[in-house]
Amino acid sequence: MNAPATIAVTRPRRLRWNLPLVVGGILTTLLIGVALLSLVWTPEVPTRVRVALRLRGPLEAGLLGTDHFGRDVVSLLMAGAWNSLAVAWPAVLLGAAIGIAVGCAAAALRGIFDEIVMRASDVVFAFPAVLSAIMIGALLGSGPTAAILAIAVFNVPVFARVTRGVALQVWTFDYIAAARALGKHPLRITWEDVLPNIAGVLIVQATIQLALAILTEAGLSYLGLGVRPPNPSWGRMLSDAQTYLSQAPHLAIAPGVAIALSVLGLNLLGDGLRDALDPTLRNRGR
Amino acid sequence: MLRLIASRTASLLVTLLAVSAAIFLILEVLPGDPAAIMLGTAAREDTLAALRLELGLDRPAPERYLAWIGGMLRGDFGISLTYRMPVSTLIAERLAVTIPLSLLAILISTLIAIPLGVLAAARRDGAADRAVLVFSQVGVAVPNFWIGILFILLFATGLGWFPAGGFPGWQAGFGPALKALVLPAFALALPQAAVLTRVTRSATLDVIGADFVRTARAKGVPAGQTLRRHVVPNALIPVATILGLQLSFVFGGAILVENVFNLPGLGRLAFQALAQRDLVVIKDVVLLFAAIVIAVNFLVDIAYLVLDPRLRSRA
Amino acid sequence: MLKRSLAAALLVTASLVPAHAAKTTLVLGMAVEPPGLDPTVAAPVAIREVTYANLYEGLVRIDREGKVQPLLAKSWEVAPDGLTYTFRLQTGVKFHDGTAFDSADVKFAFDRARAPTSTNAQKQIFAPIDAIETPDPATVVIKLKEPSGNFLYYLGWGDASIVAPETAENNKANPVGTGPFKFKAWNRGDRVELVRNADYWQPGKVKLDSVTFRFINDPQAQVAAVRAGDVDAFPNIGAPELFADLKKDSRFTAVAGNTEGEIVAGLNNAKKPFDDVRVRRALMHAIDRKTLIEGAYSGFGQPIGTHFSPNHPAFTDQTKAIPFDQAKAKALLQEAGYGNGLSLTIKSPQMAYASRSAELMAAMLSEVGVELKIVPTEFPAKWIEEVFRNKDFDMTIVAHAEPLDVDIYARDTYYFNYKNEKLKAAVAAASKTPDEKARFAQYAEAQKILAEDVPALFLFQLPKLGVWNAKLKGLWENTPIPSNDVTEAYWVD
Repeated sequence: MNAPATIAVTRPRRLRWNLPLVVGGILTTLLIGVALLSLVWTPEVPTRVRVALRLRGPLEAGLLGTDHFGRDVVSLLMAGAWNSLAVAWPAVLLGAAIGIAVGCAAAALRGIFDEIVMRASDVVFAFPAVLSAIMIGALLGSGPTAAILAIAVFNVPVFARVTRGVALQVWTFDYIAAARALGKHPLRITWEDVLPNIAGVLIVQATIQLALAILTEAGLSYLGLGVRPPNPSWGRMLSDAQTYLSQAPHLAIAPGVAIALSVLGLNLLGDGLRDALDPTLRNRGR
Repeated sequence: MLRLIASRTASLLVTLLAVSAAIFLILEVLPGDPAAIMLGTAAREDTLAALRLELGLDRPAPERYLAWIGGMLRGDFGISLTYRMPVSTLIAERLAVTIPLSLLAILISTLIAIPLGVLAAARRDGAADRAVLVFSQVGVAVPNFWIGILFILLFATGLGWFPAGGFPGWQAGFGPALKALVLPAFALALPQAAVLTRVTRSATLDVIGADFVRTARAKGVPAGQTLRRHVVPNALIPVATILGLQLSFVFGGAILVENVFNLPGLGRLAFQALAQRDLVVIKDVVLLFAAIVIAVNFLVDIAYLVLDPRLRSRA
Repeated sequence: MLKRSLAAALLVTASLVPAHAAKTTLVLGMAVEPPGLDPTVAAPVAIREVTYANLYEGLVRIDREGKVQPLLAKSWEVAPDGLTYTFRLQTGVKFHDGTAFDSADVKFAFDRARAPTSTNAQKQIFAPIDAIETPDPATVVIKLKEPSGNFLYYLGWGDASIVAPETAENNKANPVGTGPFKFKAWNRGDRVELVRNADYWQPGKVKLDSVTFRFINDPQAQVAAVRAGDVDAFPNIGAPELFADLKKDSRFTAVAGNTEGEIVAGLNNAKKPFDDVRVRRALMHAIDRKTLIEGAYSGFGQPIGTHFSPNHPAFTDQTKAIPFDQAKAKALLQEAGYGNGLSLTIKSPQMAYASRSAELMAAMLSEVGVELKIVPTEFPAKWIEEVFRNKDFDMTIVAHAEPLDVDIYARDTYYFNYKNEKLKAAVAAASKTPDEKARFAQYAEAQKILAEDVPALFLFQLPKLGVWNAKLKGLWENTPIPSNDVTEAYWVD
């Protein structure tokens, strides 16, 4: 799942539309739209407790019923979308920023630094993501910061490796060798020549990592390590739902669908973007 | 070739050492005094001091690190702070759940993925191919713990075919024990199967495009036979290596799924040991997880070296 | 010897077992696995829930009514000054390893528990002891430094179980006691198996041949296991939301009793604004206990107004002291200078009862203008460190499971940071009064002081939601002492 994207290095051309791109784009827009909407409007206040209305089925109270505190499930899902992105987005951004910087440096400097980066990323990869997230949660106390850091940590080596891989290819280009020979500083080469060339690859990778981050965030909050209650989160909704499985099975459906659609949307968007940026690889899957 | 393997082995050892140091450091700064945690709300100062002494928590950190690594090398994993038994026994008991669970999951995922992947490749761009692509996209997107919950809803509380969780133990007989592992194994397997299907499909497509297959087809070998004799065996090489890598994902995913199904596996042991700050158990279990991942990656690397002549000659 | 006990066993079996033999095995479910099996060296309740009265025995025991009963001591005398206790011991008692039990074992067990290196969780039981004398194998004389009102009661706790010098060291993993059941096997993460002790000193006392304790953490799985018959009894099931269904099911007996666990939202009394009794009362007035119990525990659980278990004979109901009254709450907050609102945090452990109660309290407090932020705090690791030891918190919530623990409010170093001389006096007087009636009057006084001064928000008594096969009899409805005593359990047809 963490396998680096293997797409040839090209400058982004005009986008070529394809089905995954369209479907992924729509789903992702929907996700972001709902998340933003939840900041200004939800059918009910998501945290409002109405014990008298607890565990109502769909349409008995609200479109999708109520949870064990009588909170409106639709409102919880909407606010959950925001909370999910609020963890996933900074986590990937942080991981990408560090990873890309390290990857670029490794490609530019090579030698011992490169070797250290590769070995260090081996070390991080050696820890199953959930396990290291649990450890970071134990270290910092559970909450959004711990979740963001935990997800960021395993994003760093992913971005470092992908960046290094494609940046190394760029460094072999003739005009860069020429620039190098003319005494252009490696930092400037990286900034002016390498990064623009690999931006497409990185955007594709970031989209896919965002999907993975949403999935991981859900897993962490299922284990009680995500955003803090009463802030709703999809993972915790599922863990609560498991408690009430035999009385209110409907509670176990909607949050899972929300997670799956968000992840699906971002994955499709990533695949679509890749195909759009590099049509020769279409239909090869990953 | 031998030199390459030697250097890979050296880097494997360096990585392992770095991982062990990282684990130890993290646990050193982890807040929470194991003695206080073990005593809970009943803790009194005199009892606490006695317990700290008994657990050896008063010794300096480097000494404890060396003692730990030295012990591991001798096969002595230490004594669990909470269970008061050798961690090796504890881990062995838990592995008796996690290993069968992981292998079952890998088996299921292979049985689903390889036929689907080959089918999709053989019917490239056809309806079957599209259906398989949709399956693989959706499968990757669905969290395994949610699949677990849905399975419980459907097959345990609904139809009552399988237990909703828990593990009767192998001493309860092969049947009941296996039954308790079926749902969690499927929950683990489905997302992995989705990934593997994609890999199988693209690997098969690569081979179909290769010269020797075209030659076989040109010589008039029937399509089905070409697929069976030439395409699939060759496509399986990359699939097998991905399968190796997946073992580590399955191990990691097992933490969540074991929690969903309440299975006494290694993942839950790690989770509980962390809550109890059973530092001895956490250290060993996390290192074990990491070592398995590293070892599998190493074996995959070596397998590539052996199998892929291009890499061999480059060495 | 062997012949004789065999003959006795046969005789007993013949007289008790009806023509068509009833079941003699029991599988009993528990949520939490004990971390060891020696109650004299560690605190967890789960240890007692396997071993109390089943595996280990003390000089005396606590019965299902919460009263002290003789066990290894068949009788005792207390000197008029309350300082000398003389115990006459049962004779012919053997430990599971075959060694004989006598007064030396009592002395060994108590000296071990009160030694400086001991990790016994309730050393206050032994704190008043001055000397232990063993004039003969069947007599133990314990001299106290000061009178201890609850001394006999405390000796009935698992922490005061009698263990043998030969085996004490290994009791954590391989327990040896004098009880009617002996240890057979422990599959970590899954089950502990006990079998009947054929040499038990009260032949015929227990009717079961074997007891298996199974550990099932997930509440849904607990219910599923009960329904499927995988466990015969779940004395304290964790799924209150499913308990109503189980009550309706005629295959099972389902009883909602009381545990010793008071769920209280502890306040940091040394910290503003909790140093102001008006604020504490306002917060208590803002809590609707009935709704809280409905939402957090599906309506099971007795509301409490002070810190005292309804299982104890000295219990008084104090829920009327500060009733649910939002207007009063707002008025008190206004009076205390927080009319414009107040922002607090609560460190809430992950246990369902705690996190759900915290969420409901946040909703209730917002009605009176108090914002309550929830900080999930992993129990035990983080909670013990931050709240219990460092006292770094505003509010928290946890169940206090120890029996007769009202004295925690009289401890200066306890995490509530609470200091009240009147309460200390009442608790101290109670602990030094051997006379039962006078002692209970002091406890009533302590309960009243706490109810009015609310150093913690008293919410509800954690219920014991017991469910077991309808043909199984003799299990406890309440737990006046942490235990799963199966010595009186039997099957009918």
